[in-house]
Amino acid sequence: MKLLAARRRHPMALVVLLLVGMLLTGGAYSLFTGNTTANAEEYSTAQVEEGQKLFVSNCATCHGMNAEGSENGPSLIGVGAAAVDFQVSTGRMPLQMHGPQAQVKEPQFSEEEIAAMAGYVASLGPGPAVPDEEWLNTAEGDSAAGGGLFRTNCAMCHNVVGSGGALTRGKYAPNLSEVSEKHLYEAMQTGPQNMPIFNDANLTPEEKRDVITYVREVSETPSAGGFKLGSLGPVAEGLFIWFFGLAGVIGITVWLTARSK
Amino acid sequence: MSTTQQTNRATAIVGDVAQWTEDRTSASKAVREFGRKIFPSHWSFMLGEVALYSFVILVLTGTFLTFWFKPAMAEVIYNGPWTPLRGVTISEAYQSTLEISFEVRGGLFIRQMHHWAALLFMAGLSIHALRVFFTGAFRKPRELNWVIGIVLSMVGLGAGFTGYSLPDDLLSGNGLRIIDGLLKSIPLVGTYISFFLFGGEFPGIDIVSRLYSLHIMILPAVLIALIGVHMMFLVIHKHTHWAGPGHTEKNVVGEPVLPSFAAKAGGFFFMIFAVIAFISALFTTNPIWNYGPYDPSPVSAGTQPDWYVGWADGILRIMPGWMEFYIFGYPISLNINIAIIIMMGFWGIAAIWPWIESWLLKDRREHHILDRPRNAPTRTALGVAAVVWYAVMWAGASGDLVAVFFHMSLNDMIYIFRVLFIVGPFIAFFLTRRICISLQRKDRELVLHGHESGHIIRLPHGEFQERHIPLTPHESWKLTAFEAPPAIPAQPGAKGKVSGLERVRAAMAKYFYEERVTPVTKAELDAAHGDHHGEVEGDDHRDHSAGLEK
Amino acid sequence: MTSIESSGGQGGQLAEMNGFANPGLPEHKPRITDSSPTAERLAERQIAAWFIVSMIGTIWFIVAYFLFPVGDSGALVRIHTMAIGLGATAALAGIGIGIILWAKTLVTDAEIVEDRHDKGGGTEEDQAIALEILNQAKDESGIARRSLIRNTLIAAVAIAPLPAILVFRDLGPLPGDKLFTTLWGPGVRLCKDIGMIPEQSDIMPIRAADVTIGSAFHVIPENLRDSGHPLDEKAKAAVLLMRVDPNELNTDPDRESWGVDGIVAYSKVCTHVGCPVALYEHQTHHLLCPCHQSTFDVTNHCKVIFGPAKRPLPQLPIAVDDEGYLVAQSDFTEPVGPTFWEINTRETNA
Repeated sequence: MKLLAARRRHPMALVVLLLVGMLLTGGAYSLFTGNTTANAEEYSTAQVEEGQKLFVSNCATCHGMNAEGSENGPSLIGVGAAAVDFQVSTGRMPLQMHGPQAQVKEPQFSEEEIAAMAGYVASLGPGPAVPDEEWLNTAEGDSAAGGGLFRTNCAMCHNVVGSGGALTRGKYAPNLSEVSEKHLYEAMQTGPQNMPIFNDANLTPEEKRDVITYVREVSETPSAGGFKLGSLGPVAEGLFIWFFGLAGVIGITVWLTARSK
Repeated sequence: MSTTQQTNRATAIVGDVAQWTEDRTSASKAVREFGRKIFPSHWSFMLGEVALYSFVILVLTGTFLTFWFKPAMAEVIYNGPWTPLRGVTISEAYQSTLEISFEVRGGLFIRQMHHWAALLFMAGLSIHALRVFFTGAFRKPRELNWVIGIVLSMVGLGAGFTGYSLPDDLLSGNGLRIIDGLLKSIPLVGTYISFFLFGGEFPGIDIVSRLYSLHIMILPAVLIALIGVHMMFLVIHKHTHWAGPGHTEKNVVGEPVLPSFAAKAGGFFFMIFAVIAFISALFTTNPIWNYGPYDPSPVSAGTQPDWYVGWADGILRIMPGWMEFYIFGYPISLNINIAIIIMMGFWGIAAIWPWIESWLLKDRREHHILDRPRNAPTRTALGVAAVVWYAVMWAGASGDLVAVFFHMSLNDMIYIFRVLFIVGPFIAFFLTRRICISLQRKDRELVLHGHESGHIIRLPHGEFQERHIPLTPHESWKLTAFEAPPAIPAQPGAKGKVSGLERVRAAMAKYFYEERVTPVTKAELDAAHGDHHGEVEGDDHRDHSAGLEK
Repeated sequence: MTSIESSGGQGGQLAEMNGFANPGLPEHKPRITDSSPTAERLAERQIAAWFIVSMIGTIWFIVAYFLFPVGDSGALVRIHTMAIGLGATAALAGIGIGIILWAKTLVTDAEIVEDRHDKGGGTEEDQAIALEILNQAKDESGIARRSLIRNTLIAAVAIAPLPAILVFRDLGPLPGDKLFTTLWGPGVRLCKDIGMIPEQSDIMPIRAADVTIGSAFHVIPENLRDSGHPLDEKAKAAVLLMRVDPNELNTDPDRESWGVDGIVAYSKVCTHVGCPVALYEHQTHHLLCPCHQSTFDVTNHCKVIFGPAKRPLPQLPIAVDDEGYLVAQSDFTEPVGPTFWEINTRETNA
């Protein structure tokens, strides 16, 4: 280990790491078939420079001065603008503290700043771009097709209507009902944290739109049966019948058998 | 029946009808027999009725549902109003449940009533069983009725689970898949049982119609028969009552069926019905439209059974994988089928508990006066230990949701449940027994010293004392009318030898019943009063645990 | 027989206990409604009001049933359910509360004492007569004397249920080798699971190049629709496909050829009780079962690292065909899904 640690501090180590990172991530992304990749040209040079400044002052501690990654954070080369947009505009990044997983909080940057950082990261290597409005328009989507895809690809972690669920060792799949269409799309595309990546071969942009349509529909339509009790299924229903139903009934038995004044 | 003599014309008509009925049915005998039967009035005696009335509501609402539900697994394409499923291939069972939910007017309301009533039925049944256990109402002559109650809870669980599985949605399908895995874990015959139940491989196309005939015919018929016998025994034995002034083992004190108890019970039926209607009007249960049709590949996070099956699911989650082992290549999947063993053991021990207790205490007498739970510390402690054990298994089934809710690690949750599964019941036992004994001592003190009045008086020689107000005979009777029999040592049998079984009994009895707080006797009370010249009780540093025998 | 006594009656002999004399029933205290005619009239009106609430509830239910259609959306169903449901609640609770109030405030509430029988059983006379009847029946039928017909009868009745059990034989076929075979076989393409049984046009085979690092594909065999029982087959053949950095995989030497550049395929059916194990964490490479939390490590051939499962998830050996699509090399080499008694009694088709 000592030997490795010593080598890691060697000036060339950075370059080697950079190369390995590019090969692994960038190379992997270039395998995408027809994926919507962001080109650095979408962002102006001024934006990229501004983004680099923001990156160096806010992200480099963990992700490295050139986004090559460190012990505390992965390389961002080739993750694309979509990953930056998702992580920063949901407030997950910059990370508040180390834990099982990054928490959602108030975003720390303005939209322009986020776009600048996204531009900078996109300029480092090809990766998924921020999605076009076209793929976020739920009016165009098919919720029934999306439902089938959602149940197969998403429900095991996020619950069948996106109420969320547990993962191993303190990690969890978040509730999706309040997540915006754009963030849903970006999450599928970039696989934040431990979520698998659903590239365009796995779920095409049309299919991603269907999934988003389904999530929107089930979380926005009021439940036909009344209050949803968190859409958590039988556990919530069981607790409800014991602590509301049966407790109420016992209240009635006490009233019923109490002697009248 | 001489009411026809009366001048009032309306009464005369009623009289005629009554006479007509009487001539054909001899109804007067029934009225004479049951009309003034006595039911003691106490809130805890109404809990069984919660289950009974929920069951009536289940039969009413369930019958309604059968008029639309199609217990078939043929594939159809959904074309109804619920857009997230339109165009999806689903089974007829699922399609007809969606139809009941969205297209039949009042259908969803009745469906939710049916499901909520099922959840309340099992909850009412459980809480009634706990009441009977903790008050000792299972003792002679009611042992058989207790066993019937245990069987009712088993059949009730089966009825509930078969109903949960009928809509053929994703949640119930995964539930059945777990049942399939559970059956396959049974040594030797498991695979065959699974194939016979599902009509071949899981999921097959037969399971819904098979569960349907169980759910709407066989299990309800068994439930109705058992409930009938249960009620018959209730009438034969007459209801138990609490220890109280005027209450004895030879009588029952309470309200007559006609009119008071019948009115209250009838009103209570409507109240239960109203509570279920209210919940069903406002709160979603089992939203099958969210779950989607059953497909063996998907699954939802938070896949759980209804609460009364939860303990079985919890056992499956708590057990570690090393409990599966192989003998000559044949698997013994204890990690799975221990769920069946634990459930059967739990019910089995509960069922024979009346005999165990009577054997341990060598008590063959009839008991119609209930024990306050504190006055039977061992029984109460064992009961609480069983409740805690059950609760750990039950909570185990929701470990994933609990972990998310409290931001804890799912794995840590399961480690905690594994520890609690082993030590929880023991902690509960010792803690409960201590609490019971402390409460008994408090009662003793109250009887001996009376209520604290808050009045401080000064005695002629300067000592300050608080004036205590002695209990009325009615009050002290409630606190002293119980028995705390000592553990009976091993007795020689017919041939003058002490059998091994008798030694075991004596050892267990010694362990369970040796430490006891005896009720205050009249002599003790008189002595206490005598010491202090009438009604004034002083702090004399006497051993307050005088009744504690060790 | 019921003895009807007024309140305060001592109901038979009251035994003493622990030296205390049973003080007998406390004196009956009258309620306000027993003594005050005003209170009684008020209670009467109150009760009637509840019955009127019930009538309003019933009428509201009928009106709401027609007034609120269930129509085309969940929202309308919700309004309908709520409207008729609250009507039903009022209709039922009105009657319930009314009757209970009546019973509590106006019906005589004196406690009554009823004697219990001395013994749980019948009287001695009952028992003697019952015994006599049984003895008479025994003598008249000759069941004790005629041992031949008695014993043959017992034997006949004892075996009579056998046919009733036998006719259940056709509930299901015998397992045979069904648990040892799946639709996977040499050259069967891995296709995307689109959440239902795909028609011909929906079959979407997966190229090796599509499976990028960090991806997870839910997979079914291409021939699912052709099989006689697609759901039964899907229940065994569902597969999860992942691509892991080959450096992170600890591949067994015998399984070197089972993956394609870090692409590995494992059965999705839990070896515990059969839930779909589908929660793939692409950083930890853990697979978690949402039903009972068994956790499998993809980098170590899906060995169990936590939870109640014992066996690792079976791996499907895969390869790439001429057109670049992923295909199975063979069937699974071990049975998929929950453990069953005969699991080691034969080989799979692989």
